[in-house]
Amino acid sequence: MQDQLQAPPAAGMRPAASASDASLSGAAQAAQQAETLLELDHVSLSFGGVKAIRDVSFDVNKGEIRAIIGPNGAGKTSMLNVINGFYHPQEGTITFKGRARQDMRPDIAAGQGIARTFQNVALFKGMSTLDNIMVGRSLKMKRGLIWQMLRIGPAEEEEIRHRLAVEHIIDFLEIQHIRKTAVGQLPYGLQKRVELGRALAMEPDLLLLDEPMAGMNLEEKEDMSRFILTVNDSFGMTIALIEHDMGVVMDLSDRVVVLDHGKKIADGTPDEVGANQHVIDAYLGVAH
Amino acid sequence: MDWVLTLLNKLFVAPLVEIAGAPDLFIQVLWEGFVAGTLYSLIALGFVLIFKASGVFNFAQGIMVVFGALSLVGLYSLGIPAWAALALCIVIMFSLAWTVERVVLRPLVNQPDIILFMATIGLSSFLVGFGEFVFGGEPKTMITAELGLPSGSIDLAIAGGLVSLQKIDIAAALMSAVMVTGLAVFFNKTRIGRALRAVADDHQSALSVGITLQQIWVIVWFAAGVVALATGIMWGARSDVSFALEVVALKALPVLILGGFTSIPGAIIGGLIIGVSEKLAEFYWGPLVGGSIESWFPYFLALIFLWFRPQGLFGEKIIERV
Repeated sequence: MQDQLQAPPAAGMRPAASASDASLSGAAQAAQQAETLLELDHVSLSFGGVKAIRDVSFDVNKGEIRAIIGPNGAGKTSMLNVINGFYHPQEGTITFKGRARQDMRPDIAAGQGIARTFQNVALFKGMSTLDNIMVGRSLKMKRGLIWQMLRIGPAEEEEIRHRLAVEHIIDFLEIQHIRKTAVGQLPYGLQKRVELGRALAMEPDLLLLDEPMAGMNLEEKEDMSRFILTVNDSFGMTIALIEHDMGVVMDLSDRVVVLDHGKKIADGTPDEVGANQHVIDAYLGVAH
Repeated sequence: MDWVLTLLNKLFVAPLVEIAGAPDLFIQVLWEGFVAGTLYSLIALGFVLIFKASGVFNFAQGIMVVFGALSLVGLYSLGIPAWAALALCIVIMFSLAWTVERVVLRPLVNQPDIILFMATIGLSSFLVGFGEFVFGGEPKTMITAELGLPSGSIDLAIAGGLVSLQKIDIAAALMSAVMVTGLAVFFNKTRIGRALRAVADDHQSALSVGITLQQIWVIVWFAAGVVALATGIMWGARSDVSFALEVVALKALPVLILGGFTSIPGAIIGGLIIGVSEKLAEFYWGPLVGGSIESWFPYFLALIFLWFRPQGLFGEKIIERV
């Protein structure tokens, strides 16, 4: 993973269309023989009397792009919050990398290899792009405080090594020009990119993206799709994402799970899901 | 209209004449203000550290200053050598930070700020009671010489007169400078400092990159505790160690209003402005109203300042959409 990030991301320059073809053709075999990275088993979550997630089970295979879609209020973000430990489900188990757990703290989930972005961009607004992404390396830096303050010996070497990794991410995301800018001043599309960079800096096993393209124009969406595909293809990172733009979801993802009112109503390849009558009903609204 | 002119004359002209007449006195007053200012800065820094990282206004910061100084004197009176007592005090400050995180902050996580503020008032009452219970309520003398702090003074011939600098004041100013530099490096150059700034900005995303809030809280409270201990030693050396020091610590409030609650440079510059202006006001305007301006002038200054810049000199500008 480290080596991949440090290699110049030539693959990132590939046009989005061909990359997405490749990942789609590989999807069918991948689904059959893939290793399960994350498995949710009969998970239910409620806030007081409101049931946000009702008895949902699905899995995420290693190396795939898994989309979670559904109408507003379907429980998609709650689902991500359960996976990275912000919410604790009342029922069900979550198995990540073969280890089952019910309650999880987000900082510990991060330590186990789950990174995420947020629907409404949650960056450290007062800090520069560089510092924001550096914070993503926090867990990887081990040298003692005193050494770091003095910036000598191993601490210096460590700081340089991690700066290098961060610079590669900055190059990859094409945000060199805003390295020193406080992220609070950046336009929304760039903030989303920095947030992705911070998550990538953690070199996670599972990357959770909460509406990575919300509020973007077409060009920004194409850039973001390209980044996501490269991260998945070339770095081999497993991605679970929530997205509203159906075109994007159908192009990007290997498998799609559809939620509606907290329940799972469909699960399968984009084509299967797109043809599913429940899904069409949920999106178009139908008199029951 | 005569009285207006007289007043303006007494407020703004007479002091200038006085300064021109005795510049050495002016420098002396300036120095006193500067030293008081560095100590105010240190106290304010303790507030800023905790406010930045946890959004809590720590009302107990003042009593932490007293508590640190009392522990040091108390341990020494038990026969523990001064330097060992100092080391033990640092351990005590760490235990305090750890306990506060466990007993106060952790159970109250995600509560409104005002709840946490109330909790720190409770903490402050507890520390007053606990301190009196263990060490007694009577004022004590700081173990200045035993810690190797200098005493006596240096007289400098400046501006046609003698300006006398207390050596302990010089030590206090130096120590403040060292602590402030150390904290600045800590915040800007280290992983934990970066994590601290991250937590100050956004709790949720800090958690999502694997920063443990509890650990960060212990670290900031410990840092604030060490700053409090240092302030307590220096202030204790200039007067004595008693619970009256807590009132001095409250001077950090106008400092924070001037400097902004979230800014380290703000705390330093705010502290210096308050220190210097209160001494100047006391010396040149004090006699007009019978003295003791010093105790309320900083608050008056802060009030005026609030009209023009409520976010402080370096604070983040608060923009609210209506």
